[in-house]
Amino acid sequence: MHSFTDFFSFSNANVVYVVLGMICINASSALVGTFAFLRKRSLIGDAVAHSLLPGICFGYLVAGEKNPVLLLAGAFLTGWISIFLVDYIVRHSRLKQDTAIGVVLSSFFALGVVLLTYIQKTGSGNHAGLDHFLFGQAAAITRDEVSLFVVILVIILTVVVVFYRQLVLLSFNPEYAATIGLPVRLFEFVLTSLTVLAIAAGIQALGVILISALIITPAAAARLWTHNLKWLMLLAVVISIFCGVTGAYISYARTAMPTGPWVVVTLSLITLGSICFAPRRGFVSRYYIRRKNSRKITDENILKTIFKLPGFQNQDTELTFTRVNLTEIRPFDTKELHRGIDRLIRRGLIQKSGDDFVMTTSGRKESARIVKLHRLWEQYLLRRTRIDTDHVHSGAEAIEHIITPEIEAELERELGIKGIPEDDY
Amino acid sequence: MNDFFTILTASIVAINCALLGVFLLLRKMAMVGDAISHAVLPGIVIAYYFSGEKGSVLLLVGATLSGVLATFVIDLFSRKARVQGDAAIGMTYTLLFAVGMILIATLMQGNADIDQECVLYGDIALVNMDKIIIDDNLYIGPRALYTELVAGLVVFGSIIVGFKGFKLLSFNEDFAKSVGIKTSRWHYYLMGLVALTTVVAFEVVGAVLVVGFLIIPPATAQLVTHKLKAMLVWACVFGVLAVIAGYMAAVYFNVSITGAMVTVSGSVFALVFGIMRLRRSKSAKSVIAAEI
Repeated sequence: MHSFTDFFSFSNANVVYVVLGMICINASSALVGTFAFLRKRSLIGDAVAHSLLPGICFGYLVAGEKNPVLLLAGAFLTGWISIFLVDYIVRHSRLKQDTAIGVVLSSFFALGVVLLTYIQKTGSGNHAGLDHFLFGQAAAITRDEVSLFVVILVIILTVVVVFYRQLVLLSFNPEYAATIGLPVRLFEFVLTSLTVLAIAAGIQALGVILISALIITPAAAARLWTHNLKWLMLLAVVISIFCGVTGAYISYARTAMPTGPWVVVTLSLITLGSICFAPRRGFVSRYYIRRKNSRKITDENILKTIFKLPGFQNQDTELTFTRVNLTEIRPFDTKELHRGIDRLIRRGLIQKSGDDFVMTTSGRKESARIVKLHRLWEQYLLRRTRIDTDHVHSGAEAIEHIITPEIEAELERELGIKGIPEDDY
Repeated sequence: MNDFFTILTASIVAINCALLGVFLLLRKMAMVGDAISHAVLPGIVIAYYFSGEKGSVLLLVGATLSGVLATFVIDLFSRKARVQGDAAIGMTYTLLFAVGMILIATLMQGNADIDQECVLYGDIALVNMDKIIIDDNLYIGPRALYTELVAGLVVFGSIIVGFKGFKLLSFNEDFAKSVGIKTSRWHYYLMGLVALTTVVAFEVVGAVLVVGFLIIPPATAQLVTHKLKAMLVWACVFGVLAVIAGYMAAVYFNVSITGAMVTVSGSVFALVFGIMRLRRSKSAKSVIAAEI
């Protein structure tokens, strides 16, 4: 707890730099990552990240020292070349995109490793810290670098805000964007440049391998929660920043712990949580929706079967039946039938009397309603499509469970039918 | 003599990777191979922690399992959780790699055998340190060479025995399914072999650069030929070529050996790509000329 208050009082200048740096890096990469995710080009980030290494080494060789701007320029250049090469290979050969990514990524990375060992062995000048780019060293973020990251974040934010509509169009429908005269190539260029910039900024903190996670994972996690693009971007940024600060804190509290891997692990944990618990798209909620639907279908099938019992049409006498009566008309799974009838009893549609069951008035109504929907749909199929009489039943069997009262009214109006259609197929 | 053994060991790595890489590429799973090679890291670290030595069977099994686990998780993400395919790959391998890094930081403090550098590019220069010497003085090569040989036999044998299965899996999975072949079994078998190969190659070329061996030579072979058997042969040729030339370049410039090998491999790809482009544009021109 002591380290917690220490960390979040920000009394240590180093902590401030690291936290500010992580906020800028994570926000930048989550923003461009959202577009990469929407364009299904997440793994491009992987290729770029690996390809930055030779650029950084070139930058160092030119400058002769660790000049952050020159390193960034070199990284930007090779990162850009790598994206160009991937596209070029895909366009001019039979190779698939992921093969092209793999080839470019490993070639550039290997070149980077060669240059790195060359620099280390010639041993000129101050090259200490160059290998931070391999695995990342968030704790080493300096004041100059923080200002550089802020500039990069501002550039990315500005471009995204100003050209929001164009970028969205490009991500969702590039063909349409081209037909209405949007300079697609130009905006692709802009988006690619932003991606390279964001990765170049983050690489020193996260390293060439883990930086891909900052591009891919926040958007993937946020996507599970919302369909709205603006919310998606905001959520991705918030998730990413939260994880960045958490990672920085863990490595502050336990000195031996690396920052980057913890950022990635917390990011992944949030994503896993989202996969399980997100509303509508999560595992849990999808399971409940599916269970609810299958229960509804069973219940309605039971009600429909009751309608076919011999005594149903006679409103004056009580309709009693057993489970066997039902299974004689329609095959039910025994367990499902038991549970379904229990549910119908709880809803007050059926009453239990001894070993038999008795239909209530509301039960009769509900039963007739389902049958009506079924037959209405059959009539609709018969009159409006060319489907034969012996095929309309199966279509109606599926649709009857999801027809809303509005559609019901529409069907009645369209077909000019009042009450339950006579014919049953 | 040491040079010879280093080149021989690396060549076997290259051949193993090239053979499996061809099938990976045909199945459009190049990046899954990339993911597996990163994902074996936590398995290697955990198994190493418990066994305490590099050459143990436990390490082999543990790491291979964590590689296969990665493909399983990717499948789960993309099919069950409806995360789009490329994002699923990226998420999975970064997570497993991060876990591996954290494990190295906690379990391997001050341990020289597994450190960050060796994760990246292996210890090919140190391969000769671990010698197998019989009868006190007869040196028959480094231990890694024999590990690679065994792995090579497994890969080679599997491909020969299961050639038809792998071929069907690569070219027409739906047909294979329809005639009753258990394609998912073959799929996980292939993934298991890839994981095994990357694990065995780990100490020689590292977990990251092994991707270069796995993808680049088969991709180059795909540029040259359409036929599966020819592709396998070409991939091996390109792989071994890169190993030999890369080794010589590395010694000459005094740089990372594995890095140089993969760089050469990438250059060979660029060269072949250029030649194929030139030939195609020439033949296109001659067709146009003939028509005029």
